[in-house]
Amino acid sequence: MPFEWVLALRFLREGRMQTLLIMAGTTVGVAVIIFITALVSGLQVSLATRTLSTQAHVSVRAPDDHAEPALERGKTVVAAHLEPREQRLRSIDQWERVYRELPEVPHVVELSPLTTGSGFAFRGNASKSIALMGVIPERYDRIVKLADRLVAGAYRIGPGEALIGTELAKDLGAGVGDRIRILSSENRDDVFRVTGVFDLGVKDLNRRWVVMPLRSAQSLLDLAGGVTNIDLTVDDIFAAEEVAQRIQARTGLAAESWMAINAQLLTAFKNQNMTTRTVRAFLVLIVALGIASVLVVSVVQKQREIGILRAMGASPRRIMRVFLIQGGIVGGTGAVLGSGLAALMVYAASMALLQEDGSPLIEGGIEWSYYLVASATAVITGLLAAVAPARRAARMDPVEAIRYG
Amino acid sequence: MAESPILRLEDVRKSYNLGTPIQAEVLHGIDLTLATGEFAALIGPSGSGKSTLLHIIGLLERPTSGRILIAGEEISALDEAGMTVLRGRTLGFVFQFHHLLPEFTALENVMMPTLIDIGRYTRGMRERARWLLGKVGLGDAVDKRPTALSGGMQQRVAIARALAMNPPLVLADEPTGNLDSHTADEIFALMREFNREEGTAFLIVTHDPRLAVRCDRRVELMDGQIRLERSA
Ligand SMILES: Nc1ncnc2c1ncn2[C@@H]1O[C@H](COP(=O)(O)OP(=O)(O)OP(=O)(O)O)[C@@H](O)[C@H]1O
Ligand SMILES: [Mg+2]
Repeated sequence: MPFEWVLALRFLREGRMQTLLIMAGTTVGVAVIIFITALVSGLQVSLATRTLSTQAHVSVRAPDDHAEPALERGKTVVAAHLEPREQRLRSIDQWERVYRELPEVPHVVELSPLTTGSGFAFRGNASKSIALMGVIPERYDRIVKLADRLVAGAYRIGPGEALIGTELAKDLGAGVGDRIRILSSENRDDVFRVTGVFDLGVKDLNRRWVVMPLRSAQSLLDLAGGVTNIDLTVDDIFAAEEVAQRIQARTGLAAESWMAINAQLLTAFKNQNMTTRTVRAFLVLIVALGIASVLVVSVVQKQREIGILRAMGASPRRIMRVFLIQGGIVGGTGAVLGSGLAALMVYAASMALLQEDGSPLIEGGIEWSYYLVASATAVITGLLAAVAPARRAARMDPVEAIRYG
Repeated sequence: MAESPILRLEDVRKSYNLGTPIQAEVLHGIDLTLATGEFAALIGPSGSGKSTLLHIIGLLERPTSGRILIAGEEISALDEAGMTVLRGRTLGFVFQFHHLLPEFTALENVMMPTLIDIGRYTRGMRERARWLLGKVGLGDAVDKRPTALSGGMQQRVAIARALAMNPPLVLADEPTGNLDSHTADEIFALMREFNREEGTAFLIVTHDPRLAVRCDRRVELMDGQIRLERSA
């Protein structure tokens, strides 16, 4: 073992209480940093996942009609006041081409074409305003897991069949096997047999959604062969907004991510992230100050020894390394022990924090990136904290240490 | 042709606080030559500059002016790193307060100068350290920490350590200063033994006239100047 390591290890070992305390402090610091990171991001993923169980990660549709200035003379805009035009029901131009092209966009996983519009549902005397959701069942199932949300019936949407939400079922007094009449905004109507009732956990969707075959919706909405939306999922949910923007730039269509739709939730996430960053920064600072103060005390205590080491031929540079190594060892030990402690804490939290349905709120597994980043931070913090004490040790005048030490 | 001296000082001066109102010259032009294998005492009243001179010879501080040659090497030509290496390989130190490293055993303390020079432990340095500790009568105490040893024993370890690199010159600043006279005699005898057997030159600062007279040569310092030199 090199001279510098022999000394660093021995000084730490003989520092006993000081060394133990500062290593414990560093360990706790590393563990807490990993734990809060895992906890907060776990909670966010779990919240986002819950939100996304009823919506696509990105939804692509025809671009909005833009009202354009009617007249322009020279540089003077005559019709300065623009009224947003009423949006017509529009299908996506050459949607099959777009549909084939979308999987080339990075992160895109699943696609499902959709024809949606508004209308009314009737049964007996009851009539309710609804949203028509024309889907290809096998495809749509990969975007929103309706099959898991059924409270009655089966996930079966053949021709002339439809799924409705619990609220609508109640409003219409309809159950599985009953028939309902749907009248679209285009004044076309058709009769559907209810094959299943779902509960999406969102009242508004349970009240309005009528999920039917794509073809039925196309004919009711007078969009033969056309689709109004392509819903898709991505492999990294927090990349959804980036994906949406890429699709928009590439296809000229409008693409909206779940992040844009749930802007409030995203703002809350951002604030949470800032809070955890602040807490992490303070933890790093406290650990750094702890390591630095222990090493400064050690340098002062060892003045005489440093002087005699210099007299025996140790250069200032090597004396400096002895103390830098000590900082690095403290940081490294804290990283290893802290990672272990954090893994236990995350596991315990995954067992203790449960959602209403009994599933864990956060994952108990190890997200290596947190551990690597926190460990690297600990080692670097240890080294940086040791810089000032190490320089002080290196600058120490051996004569003074020998004369007055 | 005669062998070149191990140490040669020419008109060495040392001032502290140069360029300030409290500037003071502590050494006023020292000329001194020490032959290879010589055993010399440096004596003189308190404050006469003995320690200062020893530190300058030990390359722990630079003189304000003058020439210093150690083992024929002119030190003003050396930078800090060169002085560090020369110090480690050519000079051994023994101080009044032993300055052993309390975290290390007697054996590890004796190996330290060689560890610094080579950079890592080797079998050879372990064997030499054991042999040296045996020579100073501490063959049974190799694994003891300095705190478990008496003052005399600690000073024996310090002497063994000073000789670890087999340096041609050992500088000792009051090595028996805080020992009783019986132990002081033993420590002195030990240094004398190494001087005879290994040909190591010693320059020993001492206040003890009994020991000084037993050296080959006595250099007396008075107010920063060499006042008398007497050979036995
Ligand atoms: N760093 C310094 N700055 C100013 N003056 C100093 C410094 N070091 C030593 N001196 C002065 O130099 C003079 C010589 O000191 P030195 O320690 O060399 O004497 P000494 O002969 O070893 O004395 P003693 O026998 O008491 O050990 C003293 O007057 C001391 O005060
Ligand atoms: Mg002195």
